Amino acid sequence: MMAPARLLDDGEIRRAVTRIAHEILERNKGADGLALVGIAARGDDLARRLASEITRIEGAKVPVGVLDITFYRDDIGMRAEAPEVHETRIGFDITGKTVVLVDDVLFTGRTIRAAMDALVDFGRPTSVALAVLVDRGHRELPIRADFVGKNVPTRKDESVRVALQEVDGEDAVYMDDRTG
Amino acid sequence: MNKHLLSINDVSAEDVVRVLDTAESFREVGTRVIKKVPALRGRTVVNLFYENSTRTRISFELAAKRLSADVINFSTSGSSVSKGESLKDTALTLQAMGADAIVIRHSSSGSPYTLTKWVKGSVLNAGDGTHEHPTQALLDLYTIREKLGRFEGLRAAIVGDVLHSRVARSLSFGLLKMGAEVTLVGPPTLIPPDASAWGVQVSYDIDGVLPKLDVCYMLRVQRERQRQQYFPSVREYSRLFGLTRDRVAMLPEGCLIMHPGPMNRGVEIDSDVADLPQAVIEEQVTNGIAVRMSLLYLMLGGAVTEEVSERD
Repeated sequence: MMAPARLLDDGEIRRAVTRIAHEILERNKGADGLALVGIAARGDDLARRLASEITRIEGAKVPVGVLDITFYRDDIGMRAEAPEVHETRIGFDITGKTVVLVDDVLFTGRTIRAAMDALVDFGRPTSVALAVLVDRGHRELPIRADFVGKNVPTRKDESVRVALQEVDGEDAVYMDDRTG
Repeated sequence: MNKHLLSINDVSAEDVVRVLDTAESFREVGTRVIKKVPALRGRTVVNLFYENSTRTRISFELAAKRLSADVINFSTSGSSVSKGESLKDTALTLQAMGADAIVIRHSSSGSPYTLTKWVKGSVLNAGDGTHEHPTQALLDLYTIREKLGRFEGLRAAIVGDVLHSRVARSLSFGLLKMGAEVTLVGPPTLIPPDASAWGVQVSYDIDGVLPKLDVCYMLRVQRERQRQQYFPSVREYSRLFGLTRDRVAMLPEGCLIMHPGPMNRGVEIDSDVADLPQAVIEEQVTNGIAVRMSLLYLMLGGAVTEEVSERD
């Protein structure tokens, strides 16, 4: 097995987050009506980082929520065990907000499909956008990201792993070759 | 998780934590505008109740519905059971209709176990005779952990008609499994003769036990199950073992007062005691839905296994 290749280091992640924060503000024309919802796990940490960048740039606070999509997965009953559940906490009303969903890696798009289903159970946002740190391709649904940290061409059998300071003790994105 | 939930002993200490942690997420679902998730879409849950029940049946029904499962309520009155159908034939009928889980309450201890030999789906014991009521124990454990934050070293008393109480059995085993200490309190006639083998302490004097408790769990006097005179009068029982205002004053601060319901106000618990802030009886009911959602999710959320258990 080869050592995992590093796709992004901590500086590159920091700059990608800063750029995405600028792009979100540019697209939304400021921070008004904006809300960030991160998909557990790691999407929520990225959402908090984006929120503090937005505050730094614009001086405005944006609400941040965390969403677990387990109950909305399309493969429940197909795996041997019921998938593990994480916390969901959206402490604000999303109705009328411009919600940016935040995830670490965009792959098949199935997680985002589930997240959109979950989100509408909380209210009716004016619009929903998607921000991801890495887009690795191989979509199985008609979904695309509005804000992307880095596009990474991959083979389907490779795996992309995001490590974040908050949970993993470092900031990096790795590619593991599962066949290697 | 085991395929069936017949006894609290089917759940390891590790799985208890998993059930309670997952229930935490379902509590959150219960606070949403839309209190329903699609996790068990297409699954069928049958409530098979051979005994009267309000809260357990409704709790299971709501739990299954909030998971988007289809729910069939089957009670003995107004069904083929009143025409003399046996448990086995009823089970085989439900089986033929494709039930993924059967929630059973029955006055005969052990009937959920018997059911597992006939059906392919999961069986959840919602109370069998004087044997066990594991989902009640798990919702009680959830409530205790939520309020007190731990189990290890907690001192709990279970007071009253222990002999006829499936709740007392399941909860005792559950608390002991999680590292708490349990004292059974009641008149000698209502303490099971084998209680010392459970690993619990026994006391016939409630006033000696109250001052060092973290949890004071009052049981309903189950007169419908008592086939003989176990105590001279309800008044005397209430005077010796009822939780009155005076006895509440003997409890340490922060001690929880719990009751599985339905309550006999004025018998095992005074009416105004049941309404005190440290009485978490309504929270127990609310938590019951989340804990049962958690159990149904963990037991039915995996791949369907088709085999009927081989034990006979």
